[in-house]
Amino acid sequence: MTDTRSETTSIADRIRPLSVGAAVVAVHFLGDDPVFVLGEEALVFWRDSEERRVPVHGGAILGSASDGKRILTGGDDGKVVATGPDARSETVATDDKRRWIDHVALSPDGMAWSSGKQAYVRIPKGERVLDLPSSPGGLAFAPKGFRLAVAHYNGATLWFPNAPDAKPEKLEWKGSHLDVAFSPDGRFLVTAMQEPQLHGWRLVDGKHMRMSGYATKVRSMTWGPGAKWLATSGATQLVVWPFGGKDGPMGKSPKVVSPSEHRISAVAAHPKQEVCAIGYEDGMMLLTRVEDGAEILARAPGPSPISALAWNAAGTRLGFGTEDGAAGVISL
Amino acid sequence: MTDKIPVTVLTGYLGAGKTTLLNRILSEPHGQKYAVIVNEFGEIGIDNELVVGADEEVFEMNNGCICCTVRGDLIRIIDGLMRRKGKFDAIIVETTGLADPAPVAQTFFVDENVGKRAKLDAVVTVADAKWLKDRLRDAPEAKNQIAFADVILINKTDLVSEADLREVEARIRGINPYAKVHRTERCAIPLSEVLGRNAFDLDRILDIEPAFLEREDGHDHHHDHDHQHDHEHGHDHHHDHDHGGLKHYHDEDMQSFSLKTEQPLDPDKFFPWIQNLVAQEGQKILRCKGILSFKDDPERFVFQGVHMILDGDHQRPWKDGEERASRAVFIGREMPEEMIRKGFSECVA
Repeated sequence: MTDTRSETTSIADRIRPLSVGAAVVAVHFLGDDPVFVLGEEALVFWRDSEERRVPVHGGAILGSASDGKRILTGGDDGKVVATGPDARSETVATDDKRRWIDHVALSPDGMAWSSGKQAYVRIPKGERVLDLPSSPGGLAFAPKGFRLAVAHYNGATLWFPNAPDAKPEKLEWKGSHLDVAFSPDGRFLVTAMQEPQLHGWRLVDGKHMRMSGYATKVRSMTWGPGAKWLATSGATQLVVWPFGGKDGPMGKSPKVVSPSEHRISAVAAHPKQEVCAIGYEDGMMLLTRVEDGAEILARAPGPSPISALAWNAAGTRLGFGTEDGAAGVISL
Repeated sequence: MTDKIPVTVLTGYLGAGKTTLLNRILSEPHGQKYAVIVNEFGEIGIDNELVVGADEEVFEMNNGCICCTVRGDLIRIIDGLMRRKGKFDAIIVETTGLADPAPVAQTFFVDENVGKRAKLDAVVTVADAKWLKDRLRDAPEAKNQIAFADVILINKTDLVSEADLREVEARIRGINPYAKVHRTERCAIPLSEVLGRNAFDLDRILDIEPAFLEREDGHDHHHDHDHQHDHEHGHDHHHDHDHGGLKHYHDEDMQSFSLKTEQPLDPDKFFPWIQNLVAQEGQKILRCKGILSFKDDPERFVFQGVHMILDGDHQRPWKDGEERASRAVFIGREMPEEMIRKGFSECVA
């Protein structure tokens, strides 16, 4: 097996390349315009074929999130910064001890960040703080309503910042939990662990789901349309866990497609179709139909791993970035 | 060998002088930029944007090895620091005075992302010349820090007599004969002795006088009572010998020994043996490291281990005229020395 995939249909010639000059850690779309989050200091907007660098932090950018209307970033300068489609930035919060802002999350009318062993939420009613047993590994808002999930050592905490008297709910599972994501239908919570595995809870009854078999830590997860599946990085093939039934992946095997010699480093499910964009550590990108594994080559292998991938909401544009500062947009 | 960022781990019991050393490293004109991970924000008087506060978060891994713990905060912080690659040349991790160095060291071997980008350069332990002897008696952490060290600074030497100093030095040697020991006042030392030591200071194990390592006194030091959980017992029945003015102690619960063979080793025998050894006995082995000569291999192979975790790689070609011997050292508690010696000797090709 080779990774050149010479027989595969290719759309690699449709890449509009950009040079953003630094490692790309995330891509978000504001409307149809891709915004590249760099590892240090700045966002790069790309609009009407023009690049615009927007400084947002005085150091490393440690976390980012977007709701399609704005981008929230946290930095090692202790700042939480919100940036809108007009590329105007506003410092939302500054840690009084200038501690790192490790993670951020956004919901339609709230924002969250974490620093040290605290999670903070800014909502219309004000700012709330939640003390945690250990430093958060990740934050995520529930798709509806006002619940914040915080992943940490030995489990995750579910918190309703709107109801400050309500006791946060603990979901326990031994080990260090990093990234966290709600399924878009709000039925499941999934964490990526320090060990090469995922852990999941069915929220209605707290039932556990262990999803293991990875070669390395899972650092990228993406939900397919209708929350029917969860596709993940961390292996040399795309691992797709079925979440369509009421039991999620409990007792089921994942589907695996698009095997390679190289590990998958970033994934982004198409928002409307059963297709996943896959970035590999050798810089290759594929668009793969999850059902039958049919592939389109989106980018030939390059010198550096794909580190960021995202679709616009309509699924007509795919933005990507690499660890060595290559970036691009593919319009379909 | 690689472009991995070197990491120096700075340990030492409370009050030994870690912060003094850190301030020296940050303020002296050496042309190097350090990112520093400290446990107590604000103790450092130097304004440096690359000083990061850490909460020592020791996490257990669910990978089946019972003593495998890592520093979760370090994994997160190093990941963050690497976004500023190019802004610093090396990383220094300061641990709290009560910290066990094992989880810090293990972090660099266990976490793939950390291990890909950073490598452990050396564990540097600052010891208080006046109080170390007491701490070795009442604080197991202090003994672990000495046992783990590649470099040891006996600090505050101006507060004790020469005789006391030699006593402290001998006590340190009794625990860890392989570390490079320096005497300092206010941690005054050329920084090249502390930083940039490279790969756990492996060459140091080749410098050691074999006579100093071997148990030339012929005593049998097997203690029959159980030392597994004896941290609190106060007596310290070390053995005290005088060899031409050099005092020798054998620490009662920490042992060390070295192995050497001039015959080339068979990698197909050595790797299964050492992997099995640390899997079985890793709890007792705090540190092991070695330089190996494999049969028909033109390159030196170096390995190091912390408890149950091993790491190794080819280092460089053997030089012309260099003695192609294999040498390994072990530091730990209650180690099955004869079994290890026998196992090692059976690895020759």
